[in-house]
Amino acid sequence: MERATESLPQPPLKAPEIDTSLLRELVAYLRQGRTELRDEWVRRITDAQLLGVMTADEIFSEVTAVYDNYVDALETGSVETLQAYARDLSERIIRRGVETHEVLGIVLLLRDVLARSLFVHYQDDPGFLNRILDAYEPAANRIAVTVGVSFVEERERVIREQQAAIRELSTPVLQVRDRLVILPIIGVLDSQRARQLTEQLLDAIQANRAKVVVIDITGVASIDMTVANHLVQTVKASRLMGASAIITGLSSGIAQTLVDLGVDLSMMRTVGDLQGGLEEAERLLGYRVIQDVAAASGVPPE
Amino acid sequence: MAVPILKQGDYLIASIQAALTDSEVLGLRDDLADQVGKFRSRGIVIDVTALDVIDSFVARSLRTIALTARLRGAETVIVGIQPDVAVAMVQFELNLEPLQTALDLEEGITVLQGATRGVDEDGR
Repeated sequence: MERATESLPQPPLKAPEIDTSLLRELVAYLRQGRTELRDEWVRRITDAQLLGVMTADEIFSEVTAVYDNYVDALETGSVETLQAYARDLSERIIRRGVETHEVLGIVLLLRDVLARSLFVHYQDDPGFLNRILDAYEPAANRIAVTVGVSFVEERERVIREQQAAIRELSTPVLQVRDRLVILPIIGVLDSQRARQLTEQLLDAIQANRAKVVVIDITGVASIDMTVANHLVQTVKASRLMGASAIITGLSSGIAQTLVDLGVDLSMMRTVGDLQGGLEEAERLLGYRVIQDVAAASGVPPE
Repeated sequence: MAVPILKQGDYLIASIQAALTDSEVLGLRDDLADQVGKFRSRGIVIDVTALDVIDSFVARSLRTIALTARLRGAETVIVGIQPDVAVAMVQFELNLEPLQTALDLEEGITVLQGATRGVDEDGR
């Protein structure tokens, strides 16, 4: 009881001045009960149906590593090792589709498992239990925040990388014949992408000395007024650079939208599909494609 | 600096080297109109590769030059509009209609040859 009277007047927020002997005691206890507490934690994770995408063995080995890192972090008060491990772990599990709520859930479960076991272990001495918890709670919360934030940061980094990759890859300009380039557009066209696309196309016209450009929008699901006007501007700008543009693959939905919006398409040359567009382009460039019937039917050349 | 005008066969080539003042634009217009008559040229190529801005005054002047030249029997092609310039012109709704545009000098000559071929066959 003497310990209890000592600890009570101390406000709980003054936790930083924790007796290191308390932490040592705590860490020693957690090391000692490692197997038991870890198994309890795994059982709670499985019960809560977290980490469904991972096998039991994987969960077990990750859990062991996290547990040891966790105890080390409690001991040293430095979360850097744990933070690095959490980043690394996040990178591995994000690709497997592990969600933020699962990661947070797991860390909080560990906190609960350990706290519960501390209660049981020190229940005979409430005063000491109080002080152990004073030492444990801030450290545990700090660890939980570190792991959660590491996961979210890693996730955001992956998202940023992927967005950059999409921006890079989404608008290739391909030369299919001398002086003829095609620009297949796939996915969502927003005004930033439309602007970027115009730039890339005009640079490609200059680099490839293109005279005809086929813009294929088969892969575009929908289009709005701004984007439609961007397309019109792209066509006009290509014209100024001496290239005529052919738009292909207007779906019936998009065609309807364009008419409803009243976009002025009088100066746009449109053809139903990419094949038609290429044929039209070849005609403009003076190509005549002739099928060799003998070669097509498999007769070997002489 | 006045824009040099070169004669190449049936065509005149005016290559604009730097941003033009208003009086230089007007000078170019007058020189071209004179020389079309003097050399009996059938086409004009105006090269704007070096221009990084084409404003409404320049655009209108280019149109005027082309219309004047057409009355004197020559077609005009504008060549070498840079990508950035093209985007800016479209955004400011400047258009060069009814002028023809082409990628570069070589392409411009080809366009003129196409446009004047019919006249050749008539045996002008």
